[in-house]
Amino acid sequence: MTRISDAALTHLQSVAFTDGDRYSLLETIGEGGMGVVYRALDAELGREVAVKVLRTATDPGLAARFRQEARVLARLEHPGIVPVHDAGVLSDGRAFYVMTLVRGQPLATRARALATLPERLRLFQRICEPVAFAHSQQVVHRDLKPANVMVGLFGEVLVMDWGVAKVLGVADHPSNASDGSGVHTGHGTVLGTPGYMAPEQAAGTQADVDHRADQYSLGSVLNEMLEGLAIPPAVRAIAARAMAPVPELRYPDVTEMASDIDRFLDGEPVEAYPESALERLVRIASRHRTAIILVLAYLLMRLLLLLFRGL
Amino acid sequence: MTDGDRFPATQHSIVAALGGDDPAAAEKAWDTLVRGYWRPVYVYLRHRWNLPHDDAQDLTQEFFGRAHARGFFDRFDAGQARFRTFLRVCLDRFVLKEREAVGRLKRGGGSFHLSLDFVGADREYVAALPDPAADPELLFRREWVRALFAAVVDALRARAEAAGKTVPFELFRLYDLEGSDAPLRPTYEALAHQFGIPVTQVTNHLSAMRRAFRREVLALLKAQTGSEDEYRSEMRELFGESVS
Repeated sequence: MTRISDAALTHLQSVAFTDGDRYSLLETIGEGGMGVVYRALDAELGREVAVKVLRTATDPGLAARFRQEARVLARLEHPGIVPVHDAGVLSDGRAFYVMTLVRGQPLATRARALATLPERLRLFQRICEPVAFAHSQQVVHRDLKPANVMVGLFGEVLVMDWGVAKVLGVADHPSNASDGSGVHTGHGTVLGTPGYMAPEQAAGTQADVDHRADQYSLGSVLNEMLEGLAIPPAVRAIAARAMAPVPELRYPDVTEMASDIDRFLDGEPVEAYPESALERLVRIASRHRTAIILVLAYLLMRLLLLLFRGL
Repeated sequence: MTDGDRFPATQHSIVAALGGDDPAAAEKAWDTLVRGYWRPVYVYLRHRWNLPHDDAQDLTQEFFGRAHARGFFDRFDAGQARFRTFLRVCLDRFVLKEREAVGRLKRGGGSFHLSLDFVGADREYVAALPDPAADPELLFRREWVRALFAAVVDALRARAEAAGKTVPFELFRLYDLEGSDAPLRPTYEALAHQFGIPVTQVTNHLSAMRRAFRREVLALLKAQTGSEDEYRSEMRELFGESVS
């Protein structure tokens, strides 16, 4: 008979009843700085899920950040944010958390499939919704980019990867510390992705980073989504205001930015763009195109009638 | 009966089967019971009664022989105590009576003889001598859990060999069993390299083995307990509240 040592006995009592063994990892579907995301099978419920597993079991700081990421996500209950179902530690000590498996396409792919400017702008507005909700919960994403947005099979927009999110107003929050998951600079570590990061975030002064840093990233995302289309100056101005180098010059919040896009789509003047008299005329004409055409047609008819009678 | 025998797949209580009407089922239950308890009994006799190896071996044989012949365990009442506690109390009474009757009975001379590895049990007991102040009851319980786990590990090994799928068991052995005694437990990466498989497969094989281990432990635990309440109580004590 096999001899089970005291150490093995204790270990088996622990690992054989660890919830982590409930999930069978099927394939890698994403990799981030902190962890790897797998498509996995939940043996208990017989469904596929996404399981994010921390890369290492030997870094307590990283593990704390990872657990915090799960907690941040768990408190963000919004249709545009992937829900967390479970969290724990695998038998080898690596932390994990379980999310809904999102089936769909990346934002860039979906945006390219939309041919018109209004369609792409409406898609962009739906990215703003979960981000604005997170901000209302004092959470800043800090790594918004097209790769972190998915569009589900039914058109639902999901903002993913909250791994470097910051919780505002909590000085010693684990998620607020710089760590190895970001982009290294000569002076330390910067969290985020170059090209999408606000200047204050790129400078590495994390204390200055608030919800307006996300707005900057959204401006960059908006520009990228509109590539290949003729972009009206008003829309350019909206993106430019969101990406103002000084946070105070940006919109007060993401909802205001989305509202400005709403105004553009409704043919109203946008806050970000002071238009000239001619531009106002063109915009109004464009907004009331049908009515103007009808009036012009009526006037033309009257003119023609007058001309015929005069002959 | 040998140590390598597998435990029965049935989840019916062996405790109930011992006093049942079916002789074949009773014998099978007896076999399972002895395999689950002989080491705890032996270690308990060494520790609680401070017996040398030979005496502990003889008394272990005698205890089970007498219990079998006289139906000690048929009197077990699940409403009164756990079976594990009942057996230990029986053992204490048996030892006391043996001491009183010393000289009247030639120990080890009965017809009931168990083919068990007492030499190995002695070697392991001496190699990891318990603290003399250790609570005998806790020690008995720990040995019982050890026997429970060992029986399941043997069953899993036999099953893996029979199916010709030994890699999952080998991973389980190297990581969860031997790895616990190594200065440094092997990493999943090292095991993946050793077996030429992806790390995710190591994770999945180990998960599957642990699930199988858990399932079999609970099945055997159920078989070794006298009632549903006792089973749940033992389960909670062994593995915590989360197990169901």
